[in-house]
Amino acid sequence: MKHVLIIGNGISGITAARHIRKQSDFRITVVSEETKHFFSRTALMYIYMGHMGYEQTKPYEDDFWAENRIDLVHDRIEGVDFNKKVAHTQSGVPLAYDALILATGSKPNKFGWKGQDLPGVQGLYSFQDLELLEENTHPPLCSPKERKVKQAIIVGGGLIGVELAEMLLTRNIEVHFLIREDRFWGGVLPKEEGELIRRHIESHHVKLHFNTELDEAIPGEDGRVHQIRTKDGRLMDCQLLGLTAGVSPNVEFLKNTELALNRGILVNEYLETNIPDVYALGDCAEMKTAISGRRPIEQVWYTGRMMGETVAQSICGERIAYSPGHWFNSAKFFDIEYQTYGRVNAELAPEEEHFYWENIAGDKCLKMVFDKETKRFIGLNVFGIRLRHELLDQWLNEERDVEFIISNLKNANFDPELFKGDEKAIIQAYNKEFNAQLELKKKRWKQIFALK
Amino acid sequence: METNFRIEMKAIKYIGGVIFGLALLIFILSAMLGPFTTNQQEVQALLSEKQFAQLDSYFQEELYDRDFQFGFQMAAVIRTGYENTNRWAKKEARWDDVLFERKMDLSSKIVRGANKSAVQEDKGLFLFLTFGLGIIGSLMWVLPNVILLGKKGIKNNHYFQQSSTNRGWIGWLVFACLVSFYILLYFFPDFITNWIIVTDPLSMALNRGAASQWFLYGFLYCVVMSVMGVRMFIKYRHNRYQMFRTSSVLFFQICFAFLIPEILVRFNQPYYDFKNIWPLDYDFFFQWNLDAMLSNGTLGLFMLVWGIVLILVGVPVMVYFFGKRWYCSWVCGCGGLAETLGDPYRHLSDKSVKSWKIERYLIHSVLVFALVMTGVTLYTFFSGDQEVLGVQTQDVQSAYGFMIGSVFAGVIGTGFYPVMGNRVWCRFGCPLAAYLGLVQRFKSRFRITTNGAQCISCGNCSTYCEMGIDVRWYAQRGQNIVRSSCVGCGVCSAVCPRGVLKLENGPEEGRINDNPILIGKKGIQLSKNVTS
Repeated sequence: MKHVLIIGNGISGITAARHIRKQSDFRITVVSEETKHFFSRTALMYIYMGHMGYEQTKPYEDDFWAENRIDLVHDRIEGVDFNKKVAHTQSGVPLAYDALILATGSKPNKFGWKGQDLPGVQGLYSFQDLELLEENTHPPLCSPKERKVKQAIIVGGGLIGVELAEMLLTRNIEVHFLIREDRFWGGVLPKEEGELIRRHIESHHVKLHFNTELDEAIPGEDGRVHQIRTKDGRLMDCQLLGLTAGVSPNVEFLKNTELALNRGILVNEYLETNIPDVYALGDCAEMKTAISGRRPIEQVWYTGRMMGETVAQSICGERIAYSPGHWFNSAKFFDIEYQTYGRVNAELAPEEEHFYWENIAGDKCLKMVFDKETKRFIGLNVFGIRLRHELLDQWLNEERDVEFIISNLKNANFDPELFKGDEKAIIQAYNKEFNAQLELKKKRWKQIFALK
Repeated sequence: METNFRIEMKAIKYIGGVIFGLALLIFILSAMLGPFTTNQQEVQALLSEKQFAQLDSYFQEELYDRDFQFGFQMAAVIRTGYENTNRWAKKEARWDDVLFERKMDLSSKIVRGANKSAVQEDKGLFLFLTFGLGIIGSLMWVLPNVILLGKKGIKNNHYFQQSSTNRGWIGWLVFACLVSFYILLYFFPDFITNWIIVTDPLSMALNRGAASQWFLYGFLYCVVMSVMGVRMFIKYRHNRYQMFRTSSVLFFQICFAFLIPEILVRFNQPYYDFKNIWPLDYDFFFQWNLDAMLSNGTLGLFMLVWGIVLILVGVPVMVYFFGKRWYCSWVCGCGGLAETLGDPYRHLSDKSVKSWKIERYLIHSVLVFALVMTGVTLYTFFSGDQEVLGVQTQDVQSAYGFMIGSVFAGVIGTGFYPVMGNRVWCRFGCPLAAYLGLVQRFKSRFRITTNGAQCISCGNCSTYCEMGIDVRWYAQRGQNIVRSSCVGCGVCSAVCPRGVLKLENGPEEGRINDNPILIGKKGIQLSKNVTS
């Protein structure tokens, strides 16, 4: 029987395993050095904040794996012999395979800063990072005297950084953010949204330092980080330094093998590497030719899951190209949820135009990007408003224009019942800005669920 | 990062905690106050002729004109006298001499009358020292959360880290207190007459009668729900669904479960909770209740018809349009307590498949038990036979009342909040929930819609589901959640950090999507008979 070996038990590897099991009787082994069982990486922050325990972050009960004949190996892979089709584990037990799926994930970026490996300096990606953070900070609900971290500095204004800030606040730690760009998550968010998020983060008493980069982490007498120097020469105190300036593929152990690497493991549109029967997916995979409008490496939960589903088809006999459809993503910045559908870039392309609406309180907004000429809808960002994924996806497929979407926004709303919708205010703002006379359409179930 | 303002708010909170603790201590200690004395005339006035004749000789030796420091000492003596009498009567087969009134009720009457304690002297003062201080203290504990929880939004910080909400020693202490309280309330009301008479002034004002243990319970229930309702209003102030829902359960508890029945009693009408529905209201078809309704003219008849219409039409129609939430988390008293007092414990419900299995066996067994018990009751009502297939109807009723009505619904249902989550009764025991659930599962427009492929499997939804539904299991597959047990509290949707879940009533078509295709996999068709 064919043996499929999967290295990595994150969302990509586990999705592949589950879908291979759904369609085949192959022997499946999943190896991970991180934890024995699959847990949700996105929930790491909630463990630290006490919203959940580690047990609650496991999407499947522990006996699920045996029931579905997916063997779990809690071990580290030291290297792979691609010719003999054997992976070598730290414990010395070789794992022979017929097909190999590399889903090794990422590790936090370290850009060669001086002092980047000092005690008290860390990233946040793995379960071990969380354990280290517990060690580096004081326990929850301790008395003010026991607090060993008064001030923390986070480098890099992105999603993990904002999560880390939220986590540290629950332990009464003052948080400073060093952000290279002039706005929050500047590589992704347009100016208005970045501004809204800046205000919200600052309202949580987090100090943002824009256009500021880390130069060096400086140890104190105990050898732990106690200060940093910025590139413009400022010194700032801290007892914890969080490095959250992005992540890069975790491929160290595959270097100097016949596997083709760039920043990540190079794959074609079938997620196949240069070696037969070896696939790569998720954070560690790099598309040789990026799908139009997408980046070659996408370190996103959703893409990892879609890749897992795709590769499972290929391994089970139906070779299928990875085709992720329209871009979508979501996040939460403290109390403000964010969703995006289609493409909204930080800067508008020449042929694009946008419509931006923000509520009076300044904690909700909608940004729509569309084609200047044809008004074809290209993408949107929403903050503080929930929208229906399926309907937005359908509208993108149908190449609807922006006015259709604005008029039918009630159908797309996904806020909990009894919430006051903002559709009226949005359409009024649109009419005013574009001198239009659009009327808001009533909610229609038939359209929402695409019923006949 | 403590601002002075926050420190002040914390100070108010902790002072409130101390005041609440003090009120609780006074409440507990007040049960120890005495003395209790009674005499032959008083007892004769309280008991029926037969009861007095049976018990008088024993009471002459052990009870009359003696000083008891504690109410429970006197209660124990009365209980012993009662038991001796009945043991003797049964042994001698003198069935006419057996006492039928429950001994706790008989004992309560006497102990109440014998109460000469400081509580009896100044009920108003004790009402203030217990309930008054308790309300002030707990509000001082709760209100500063407006500041302390930070900006509006989901703040479940430390639920898995602090002793009170993570089955630590405080949790077990609360468990012990709640269980003891329910045992005393249901089975030893004669031990706690001091607590009961504290609410006499309120009872007099409402129904012109002295308070019973059920008046005490009803009042306490409303107070606890109101204070913890304020906590809900603060915690979920960003979420209008939760605000409306909490207002609704408070309204139905205070007006329908407490005020209206008490006022009905004041006007000599049957005690009736217009929102209680059989089989949760398991004694609705009991002889005494049917008699009460049938002998009270138009209003009584209306109550009977209203009750039956709710069962046969109200439940299915409302569940069809809104799901069982219209009752369980918007109207019901048990649900109301679970959603207010129980909210801090919701994450403690077991999410395993095994517990789901136990749940299904248990709750449907209780439903069958309720049906059989009621069937037997109605047979007796119409035929006049006291027995069905050799079993006494009254024994079936007592067994149900004791096992389900008292132990399961009360002692376990609420007592176990701090260790098994806040819906133990609703999930494992409530026969009405089982009935509502069957309709919800098979014929309803209600579902929790999963938003495309946006789920990140974080597990907040499952963790905070009080009914122990593994919401994430469905959400991460892009599947809608259609489960008989879902009470529609809306918290899964509130805690979801990615806007994935929405409770809604929509067309039946497509409500259950068994093999969903996650968005973003153009060209992939999963084979139709896939499981797991």
